[in-house]
Amino acid sequence: MKAFTFERANSPAEAAAAAVRNPGSRFIAGGTNLLDLMKLEIETPSHLIDVNGLALDKIEATAEGGLRIGALVRNTDLAADERVRRDYGVLARALVAGATGQLRNMATTAGNLLQRTRCPYFYDTNQPCNKRAPGSGCGAIGGFSRQHAIVGVSEACIATHPSDMAVAMRVLDAVVETIRPDGSTRSIPIAEFHRLPGDEPHIDHLLTPGELITAVTLPKPAGGKQIYLKVRDRASFAFALISVAAIIFPDGTGRVALGGVAHKPWRVEEAESEMPRGAKALTARLLAGAKPTPENAFKLKLVERALASVLAEAKGA
Amino acid sequence: MNHPDDLEISRREFLVMGTAAVAVTMLPPLAEAQAPPAAPVVKPAAVKLAFNVNGKARELEVDTRTTLLDALREHLNLTGSKKGCDQGQCGACTVLVGGRRIVSCLTLAVMHQGDSITTIEGLGTPDHLHPMQAAFVKCDGFQCGYCTPGQICSAVAMLQEVKAGIPSHATSDLTAAPQLTPAELRERMSGNICRCGAYSNIAEAITEVAGRTA
Repeated sequence: MKAFTFERANSPAEAAAAAVRNPGSRFIAGGTNLLDLMKLEIETPSHLIDVNGLALDKIEATAEGGLRIGALVRNTDLAADERVRRDYGVLARALVAGATGQLRNMATTAGNLLQRTRCPYFYDTNQPCNKRAPGSGCGAIGGFSRQHAIVGVSEACIATHPSDMAVAMRVLDAVVETIRPDGSTRSIPIAEFHRLPGDEPHIDHLLTPGELITAVTLPKPAGGKQIYLKVRDRASFAFALISVAAIIFPDGTGRVALGGVAHKPWRVEEAESEMPRGAKALTARLLAGAKPTPENAFKLKLVERALASVLAEAKGA
Repeated sequence: MNHPDDLEISRREFLVMGTAAVAVTMLPPLAEAQAPPAAPVVKPAAVKLAFNVNGKARELEVDTRTTLLDALREHLNLTGSKKGCDQGQCGACTVLVGGRRIVSCLTLAVMHQGDSITTIEGLGTPDHLHPMQAAFVKCDGFQCGYCTPGQICSAVAMLQEVKAGIPSHATSDLTAAPQLTPAELRERMSGNICRCGAYSNIAEAITEVAGRTA
């Protein structure tokens, strides 16, 4: 691990200002992904700003009838919150589908959104990777790509975003709240927060240098039947091959987002009108223009079958 | 006998070599990989740290890069917590911070100023075993024993999580209090890997303790 200096911040504004004072710095909260990458020298911050002391660990009701989830709320606590379990079941389910008890006790709401890809070529510093070393090429394209993206891919990158939580937040229309070093704040809809790779796959999201996530807000409960179905290679503690986050209403309409298929949680609002027509029609619209590799083309069928299962479950079958 | 530090270094080097060999055989040859973008070079920095470990106030000065696991093992000589993968995947380094289980390899010591940490050494002693330790002995919940301290710390905290109503992937009704069914137990312990495959006896030991404290 490269050497770095360390400080603890006491307020969001102080943390954002410290980031500007120290080029090459990173915020650290749970650390479960950042430290892993620092050990491999994939992340090489020269300064760490510990944000665990910021009072951003509350889940509060909003005036609009939704919830404001502090950036530092641990995954365990978010999944266990009575309001989340009752009104945002898809989020609770997505959270407990991810990682392990130990890691969920550490991982934060903001950190979960900021996870880097788990692409093995990103992790292996002996391999080319446009996300880790821009311009070096992509080892996954033409390589072992079973886990990789099938939609929204580019010539430069076919990595997926690994989060389960973010897929549920996408279907719930969450909003990411941030503070910038100049003290200004902004609200970023989750749909815009994560990027597609394009020719700049090293940029995962819209945050600017020193910008700190302070909270994620959820609109008032959507109701409906809320389901998170994760398909993976083993029963527990594995990243998704594909996952489905769905909210389905009694009349058969609803919303759906997919994990494990793209560089960001994948949702196509226009496709959702196909939901009453069934999984095949819905999948065709959701994954229109898909560019799978020979190794991950199975994900097209897997999505359709997972959607069929979710639609059947919603009907009470 | 080797000095413990020498042993650690040789083991680490061995693991690094092993990882590199796997990478070479698993993946096609690289084209022109670039080094990660250069960051400002910083000299190693030491930070003072005070926390409570197993009921005792401890003060340390550590390199900022020191993980909590390395602080416990290398600086405080609490070698009960084990370094298995050093990547948060095996659970051998599980300790309790504020009563909650975490993997101590994926957190920095300097992030724990003022925290209360419990390791396997703080749960029980050879003369006064924690009930979970006694149950592991009784049920033969191990073979080589390397994962055992992590398994026991994890299991103790896991039972508290069930009591606190924290749901898991195996919880059928999110709005009801979770019960420690066999499926729940296995799912909740999935962060602790046992290379010897002593899982059935580990599950038996945990079930026995859970039944007693229910």
